[in-house]
Amino acid sequence: MTISASQESTADQASEVQRKFGISVEDYMLPARRQIQMVAPDGTLKPHAEQGTEPGHEYPIPGDAELIAAYERLVVGRRVNDQNSALVRQGRMAVYPSSHGQEACQVAAAMCLSDGDWLFPTYRDAVAVMAKGVDPVQAMTIFRGDWHGGYDPQEHKVGIQCTPLTTQLLHAVGVAHAAKLRGEDTVVLAMCGDGATSEGDFHEALNFAAVFHLPVVFFVQNNKYAISVPLSHQSVAPSLAHKAVGYGMAGERVDGNDLVALLAVLDRAVKLAREGSGPLLVEANTYRMQAHTNADDDTRYRDNAEVSEWKAKDPLSRMDTYLRSRGLLDDDGAARIAEHAEAVATQLRDGLGEDVPVEPQNLFRYVFSAPTPQLREQSALLADELAREEAGKAAQKEAGK
Amino acid sequence: MSPTITTSSEANGNVSAATARAAASAAAAAEARGPQSITMAKALNTAMADAMRDDSSVLVFGEDVGRLGGVFRITDGLMDTFGEQRCFDTPLAESGIVGMAVGMAMNGMRPVIEMQFDAFAYPAFEQIVSHVAKMHNRTRGALKLPMVIRVPYAGGIGGVEHHCDSSESYYAHTAGLKVFTPATVADGYRMLREAIDSDDPVMFMEPKKLYWSKDQVDLEALAAEHTANRAAGSSSEGRAAVARSGTDATLIAYGPSVPTALAAAAAAAEEGRSLEVIDVRTIVPFDDDTVTASVRKTGRAVVIAEAHGFASVASEIVARVQERCFHQLAAPIRRVTGFDVPYPAPKLEHYYLPSVDRILDAVDDLQWEN
Repeated sequence: MTISASQESTADQASEVQRKFGISVEDYMLPARRQIQMVAPDGTLKPHAEQGTEPGHEYPIPGDAELIAAYERLVVGRRVNDQNSALVRQGRMAVYPSSHGQEACQVAAAMCLSDGDWLFPTYRDAVAVMAKGVDPVQAMTIFRGDWHGGYDPQEHKVGIQCTPLTTQLLHAVGVAHAAKLRGEDTVVLAMCGDGATSEGDFHEALNFAAVFHLPVVFFVQNNKYAISVPLSHQSVAPSLAHKAVGYGMAGERVDGNDLVALLAVLDRAVKLAREGSGPLLVEANTYRMQAHTNADDDTRYRDNAEVSEWKAKDPLSRMDTYLRSRGLLDDDGAARIAEHAEAVATQLRDGLGEDVPVEPQNLFRYVFSAPTPQLREQSALLADELAREEAGKAAQKEAGK
Repeated sequence: MSPTITTSSEANGNVSAATARAAASAAAAAEARGPQSITMAKALNTAMADAMRDDSSVLVFGEDVGRLGGVFRITDGLMDTFGEQRCFDTPLAESGIVGMAVGMAMNGMRPVIEMQFDAFAYPAFEQIVSHVAKMHNRTRGALKLPMVIRVPYAGGIGGVEHHCDSSESYYAHTAGLKVFTPATVADGYRMLREAIDSDDPVMFMEPKKLYWSKDQVDLEALAAEHTANRAAGSSSEGRAAVARSGTDATLIAYGPSVPTALAAAAAAAEEGRSLEVIDVRTIVPFDDDTVTASVRKTGRAVVIAEAHGFASVASEIVARVQERCFHQLAAPIRRVTGFDVPYPAPKLEHYYLPSVDRILDAVDDLQWEN
């Protein structure tokens, strides 16, 4: 047995695909001809024949309990996005890259995973981080200004929201590789955006995952813009999901504003990865409804008409209508969920509004597992500066009496 | 999908089989006793093998490190001994190698990875600087990255372009990385074991021109010393060595420049000048105490390094010594470094590299008339 199995087993893989799905390995790896979409933008369930599914690309509708739990996280996610943006406008937080409009992707990325599975998010994925169980204030600490992290990644199996594009995809590959070597059935989901697919580490991560046949689901939120640069300047591939076949893995595209379809596609991807099918690439077709961050002016590079068009495809109203039509949601249920969302918003206002005391000595404490002599010297220098500053203040106070 | 997927039981079975083979090879190695003529390559190889035998979370991977045993053969035999799960070749992508190692270190492994040559490590620079160096700080110690990035570095081997860079300054300048560089065969073993034991990431800079240097070394005794030190919680990390004692001036060198400094000291002795040679060993953390004690004693110093002198480790050492020893100095501290030019083609490298003569010229300039 070898761990770099895939090159040697192309024939085996082909026959297994044939046996399991009744299709060729190429048809397994290539995305279905159309994106998977189950609920139309107006909230009606699409006829099965129009959902984009094909033999070998079949997706059952997720169970009622999963849908309701997901809807609750969706509503909370929207409230979190809007609350955080408000905190930035009030000057209580430096910056917030909002996932407004992409909340369905955020929720599905976390919900498809089990407790022992890892999530590797980007800086725009705070809602996914919270949906995986990280405390909302801890998830937002990275933007609070007193710490580059905010939580223990081991506790909830969530990487720190990563700023250098796609570098975290390789960490996902490594976590999956270590788990596989120990014989664990961990699945890792790694997130990135459409612009990030141009980065070299995107290529290296997908290739490593495929060559070592690792249980990683690469989840691309194609929100159409990398700050100002549109997708057409990043790639002229038929779709980003089509990149999968070039690495020897399966790709699929899904309506990224259709939470039902997202759950269906990602649940299956995670299941296949856990069963040993190797990595998969899922592209969610969504839209960044707001500017890149508060520092960005999106009117310089896109028309209002385009934004309005996507507003009509909003994931929240769609899911709301769908669940009510199925009798899974009523006014009481919606009110209870809204109350929960409001409680999280309050938690964020309290946690991010508070004047967080900073500990200057933390500068030196965590550079290495134990400070070097040079860091101890520098730490003493800063302590001395601060002590003299305090003494000066005390003397002034005394003189002022 | 593939039937060759590792299942839990297979994985465990494979690891135990590899462990059995490892035990057998340990028994074979135990037959040789006492000091032997050993190359640094062998010392490094044995250090990895011993670490892998002691700890099943130690993994070795990179380009050509498996079947071939590395282009310098430093990983020779590790795949056969420990199996393809613990020593393996990766796709040819350095950022991928380092980035995957970060994830493995996050998830309980201790990866020891090889960058094939100094200049081939540059594609991994972002992973090293933005993640390897910062993960511990970013997570306030929740995530440790116990990983070793081995970099065959520096020149003197007649290599073509991109095969002879002295890249240590880039890493030493990055907060959060430890930077080790052995200059002796025994340190090759000792320091690599300590780097693998370290809970912090270590850039392990291997002077490639010293790979085939030999010394009388008892690897078993070194292994026993390492085991005893580890049990006592002690380490030689952060300790410079006095490679040769002297009284008149101090030569401060590291890695590939240490043998050159020793040769200069031997030549100076014939002329009646007693030079002390300090082998820095670990650039980060730096041993200010040993270096300053020597310079305070001699009152004169020359810092020697192959890397370009401008904004270099050599410059940092000069600054540190000057700050601490100003009143004991009889002369300005001199540097003998590579020129500030791209590393030259093979037929020109002897003009570039610090030589015994250039070191002795610098020593002559240390204002002996004062």
